[in-house]
Amino acid sequence: MAIWIEEDAKVLVQGITGKQGMFHADKMVEYGTNIVGGCTPGKGGQTVELQSRKFPVWNSMTEAITATDADATVIYVPPPFAAEAIMEAADAFDSVKGEGVIVCITEGIPTLDMVKAVAYVYNRPGVRLIGPNCPGIITPGESGGAKIGIMPGHIHAKGRIGIVSKSGTLTYEAVAQTMSIGEGQSTCIGIGGDPVNGTGFIECLAAFEADPQTAAIVMIGEIGGTAEEDAAAWAAENVTKPIVGFVAGATAPPGKRMGHAGAIISGGKGTAEEKFAAFEAAGIACAKDPSELGSVLLESLKKAGLR
Amino acid sequence: MNIHEYQGKQLLRANGVPVLDGVHCTTVDEALAAYDKLGSKVVAVKSQIHAGGRGKGNLYDPNNGDLVMEGGVKIAFNRSEVKDYAEGILGNILVTIQTGESGKLVRNLYIESGCDIAHEYYLALLVDRENKSVMIMASTEGGMDIEDVAHNTPELIHKISIDPNAGLMGFQNRDLGLALGLQGKALKSFMKMLAKMYAMFVTNDCAMVEINPLVKTADDDIIALDAKVSFDENAEFRHRDWDELRDLSEEEEVEIRAKEAGLSYVKLDGNIGCLVNGAGLAMATMDVIKLYGGEPANFLDVGGGANEEQVKTAFSIILEDPNVKGILVNIFGGIMRCDIIARGVIAATEALSLEVPLVVRLAGTNVDEGKAILAESTLNIHPADDLAEGAQKIVELIGGGV
Repeated sequence: MAIWIEEDAKVLVQGITGKQGMFHADKMVEYGTNIVGGCTPGKGGQTVELQSRKFPVWNSMTEAITATDADATVIYVPPPFAAEAIMEAADAFDSVKGEGVIVCITEGIPTLDMVKAVAYVYNRPGVRLIGPNCPGIITPGESGGAKIGIMPGHIHAKGRIGIVSKSGTLTYEAVAQTMSIGEGQSTCIGIGGDPVNGTGFIECLAAFEADPQTAAIVMIGEIGGTAEEDAAAWAAENVTKPIVGFVAGATAPPGKRMGHAGAIISGGKGTAEEKFAAFEAAGIACAKDPSELGSVLLESLKKAGLR
Repeated sequence: MNIHEYQGKQLLRANGVPVLDGVHCTTVDEALAAYDKLGSKVVAVKSQIHAGGRGKGNLYDPNNGDLVMEGGVKIAFNRSEVKDYAEGILGNILVTIQTGESGKLVRNLYIESGCDIAHEYYLALLVDRENKSVMIMASTEGGMDIEDVAHNTPELIHKISIDPNAGLMGFQNRDLGLALGLQGKALKSFMKMLAKMYAMFVTNDCAMVEINPLVKTADDDIIALDAKVSFDENAEFRHRDWDELRDLSEEEEVEIRAKEAGLSYVKLDGNIGCLVNGAGLAMATMDVIKLYGGEPANFLDVGGGANEEQVKTAFSIILEDPNVKGILVNIFGGIMRCDIIARGVIAATEALSLEVPLVVRLAGTNVDEGKAILAESTLNIHPADDLAEGAQKIVELIGGGV
């Protein structure tokens, strides 16, 4: 078991004929992800060669899902068209099989487009959206696994730590930290750094709590909004597994957007200090430095009798 | 992206939201001509800068730092006061609670007709991250700092959340107006105004529209007396007209250049420059520098697929800051390979004849090749295995904290 994405999940790529889509689709196939084809409107019937194998391209997501029974799709579509791609996938998953996971990697989607797309996805309860502006989701396997996104696959190994984060490279840092103490990962999810996104921290925590493979959780937040505070309060009541946390942006000045569209302290709200305090109040073991995540995790595992 | 009040009001007016007559000016003569043209005996003379708190701010002479005038928004009762206030504002530095100590040079002025105010309200439209929808927030406590109102009397702030598919519904609009105690003609005016403002918010991809104060006049008209409008930069591709609204003098020139090079840069006050891939890791790098007693000089995210040229540009931007005494490079290679970064770092340090200490921490894809390339170089580059070690090393190399 892992969460939402099994090792052998069948995955489609939206924007597979584009430069980004093709590059990352190739990396996913190389990792062992079960890519079953892609979708680019107007290029249906063509094929794309990835790792010397040919993959079919469909004109629409409905066609693609009907033909492949895909479990998930990953979107590498430019910002002006990405919200539309999310909604097309949501509609197709909902009408063809009633469920599916949509992973949107695209950075720079207009916020009001996402407000619309998120509401559209929420009206289709079997469909889950991860992202946008995220590295994706990966469930490492014994050999290969399901890498759906842009993360470097080779740094991961199958294991029992669940990781959820708003950031990309900081997630890789957390993965490396688990590896440094000899622990692998059940599933790693980047929920993305945009102000309006799909799956949030709480849904990830709930899924990790319910997942028998996951023994402990690493949660990485960053400044802006109150998602970390809400998740911490929820975890205090609902999560029994050890959680280790870190929040980026303690030195960020107020009112400045720090790279991610959502990473901004506005009106004195969304500071790292508040988030760390909320984590600590919820019994989450905090690392003040991402290089300490491994040792803090090890300590938490020992305390819980897991090491 | 922020715009000036006078631009925000042009937008409101074009979308049918009532605002008072006003004229944008850049000289004292223009201000006087505006006064004559408006024909209103009483006018507001308003400094135009992007920061808030203008009314309570002070103006200083840019040459000697002397206080010129108190208050960046003035009510003038005659022509000679318009002249005095315009002279006090234009070309001087306005320091407000939001500008920081260095303040902002005021180049633009807005002369606006007066009106008979019966009550001041607060109104804002913004994207609510938690509800993932547009939220409209209003209060009877207009003209005050809304954060204080939220803190002291939260019951006086009324909020409605908009379903993106249904839009602002009549009952929501009415409920909000009633919550503000409006009735009769004033309630009607409010509802008409808010429907138009919501439509404007959506069609213009606004990030925030804040009207403080929104006023009810003696005649029960509802008028936006102030306008703070910002746009969602992600939507720039479908708003060609934003280029004309953008006041580059209000933005950090170096941040604009960084953006053009595909880098995300924010200048800070410390002395350790940072070059990192990924926004979260870039923030974490700053935090760890501080944790080990140093002060970061900047936030810099080179993005996911930076090339040699971008790394070089990043170095030159960091080195423009005279405070920088050392640089920490922190790269977790995913798509970006460490060997390419290592070559980029060497090329940049050679091209820029780097003199300050440089600590490089590499991890991820092709890390061994990357480290080998750095080790072979004769340049003075200090390697580090993890972020903590990198931060400790650079702090030590520059001789401790600030």
